[in-house]
Amino acid sequence: MNNNTDFLLALENVSVSFDGFKAVNELNLYIDKGELRVIIGPNGAGKTTVLDLICGRTRVSEGSIKFKNQEITSYREQQIVRLGIGRKFQTPTIYEDLTVFENLELSLPRGRNVTGALFWSRTEEVAQRVNEVAEMIFLDGDLDRLGGTLSHGQKQWLEIGMLLIQDPELLMLDEPVAGMSVSERAKTAELLNEIIKNRSVIVIEHDMKFVESIAHRVTVLHQGKVLAEGDMQSVQTNPRVKEVYLGH
Amino acid sequence: MSGIRTDGRTLELIGFALVAALILVVLPLALDIFRLNLVGKYLTYSFVAVGLVLCWGHTGILSLGQGVFFGLGGYCMAAFLKLEASSVANTKIQSTPGIPDFMDWNQLTELPFFWIPFKSLSFSLIAVVVVPTIAAFILGAAMFKRRVGGVYFAIITQALAAVLTILIIGRQGYTGGINGITDLRTLLGWDIRTDSAKYILYFVCCFLLLGTMFLARFVIASKLGRILVAIRDQEERVRFSGYDVANFKIFVFCLASAIAALGGAMFTLQVGFMSPSFVGIVPSIEMVIFCAVGGRHSLVGAVIGALVVNWGKTLFSESFPELWLFAMGGLFIGVVLAFPRGLAGLVTDQIVPRLMRLGTSSGRQAEPSPAPAE
Repeated sequence: MNNNTDFLLALENVSVSFDGFKAVNELNLYIDKGELRVIIGPNGAGKTTVLDLICGRTRVSEGSIKFKNQEITSYREQQIVRLGIGRKFQTPTIYEDLTVFENLELSLPRGRNVTGALFWSRTEEVAQRVNEVAEMIFLDGDLDRLGGTLSHGQKQWLEIGMLLIQDPELLMLDEPVAGMSVSERAKTAELLNEIIKNRSVIVIEHDMKFVESIAHRVTVLHQGKVLAEGDMQSVQTNPRVKEVYLGH
Repeated sequence: MSGIRTDGRTLELIGFALVAALILVVLPLALDIFRLNLVGKYLTYSFVAVGLVLCWGHTGILSLGQGVFFGLGGYCMAAFLKLEASSVANTKIQSTPGIPDFMDWNQLTELPFFWIPFKSLSFSLIAVVVVPTIAAFILGAAMFKRRVGGVYFAIITQALAAVLTILIIGRQGYTGGINGITDLRTLLGWDIRTDSAKYILYFVCCFLLLGTMFLARFVIASKLGRILVAIRDQEERVRFSGYDVANFKIFVFCLASAIAALGGAMFTLQVGFMSPSFVGIVPSIEMVIFCAVGGRHSLVGAVIGALVVNWGKTLFSESFPELWLFAMGGLFIGVVLAFPRGLAGLVTDQIVPRLMRLGTSSGRQAEPSPAPAE
């Protein structure tokens, strides 16, 4: 399959098995430029595994993953990041012993090799970019606080901010509102709607209300395969989806 | 940036100044040359501790094999000094004059090829740093590129310490075996055994140590230093921010090893010999203890830790030689349980905030004290 497509990201016939268990089974998934895609599915459906495959954390057993028509299945994680794919983990993954400012500064896509980092200087431009992003993620008043002292919701935002500052073309968020309060959820939905303007986003989420508030297109995964795909309305009324997921 | 951090930096500079005053002024004035020479020996372990602050304290890479790099540095220095001490005139009673005595005892009749370059001082001085760095690079590249870390890395470094010891002891014709390389006399004709030479070498050691402390501080204060902390906290996140984590780990491990090797070379010069008993598992673990006692996050702490523990070791073993190992074990357990951030942590977390509270409450009415850093 060497035919090029207009899609930003194309997964074709992707399978991965762990000790004979097929976590993802001949999956096809296409993401358009500027699209916001929500992936839902019951536990163990392979949602997180799909993100792991795209960002190179897990290697595919079969199939192809193309980002901007470039095969990325053999790339290392940092190479995939440098192509423009950012990934947020399920639990907030930030640097607890560094300040919010430093967390964002390290995520800026410059000075990424050893010498570049050793002789890095914090220019006006860097500070400005950090401040911009901090404002977007509601943390502009907390730049000097250590990451470890932030609340759970703030950590989630910080990690989203660390991805934003990389300015990726494709952003992947694994349960961005897990553990957030109602008001934090509302703010996060607002933030996501702001973020997607310039890029494609894949979101994994369990909270159906939150999904309704942001979703453009929804993919339902079940046992490593796509069960249904479409807008929220059609997915919710799909009898097979109801059976495996929403009905429970 | 923040007030707390600025305080931390001022505190560190004060610490640097105190260390400099202690080793450059106080100790040379207070001690006779025998004791001062001992302090010089302890300070060579401070180099190793400074390296461990970088790679263990800041990056979270625990190496139980720093003795290997300390030893390689020391052996490179000893090789040069031994060749100079083994001139034909000095060794004319041997069956092959002009080669080191231990080679003659082991029926070698010519200098092995890898000993020949050590006739040159400049080659030897470069080798002191380069040989251990290459060794660290090979080990680091093999481990970190494959993402071996944590306990597994510690065990492998420990195995390396055992391997090198066995190699040195087993190949005694080439290495001097268990006795090590002894009877070192002169450096380009300058007798290193005299008191005046010992004074000079002591101060060379001090300035080199202060230099490496500033180098380490520069690394820690750079963005690279923050990346190292980030790797310790969240390695995956660093990788997914587009950094090649393995390269940063290899860099810091090589740097720590090069610093340890400088210590080894200074050890050889001041103590006058080098042997496998400074290379193996036990000395390597002792070096980690020096660093832990002083505080693995603090450069000043690590230097003082090496000094204090070794001083204790000397005092204790002069009076109760058989109890020293128990005391050392007890000390390590005590530090881990009571103050895991070491002596430095004790100062920055307990003593300084208390002093500040005293200062503010005597001046004004009692006010809630500022939170301690971290």
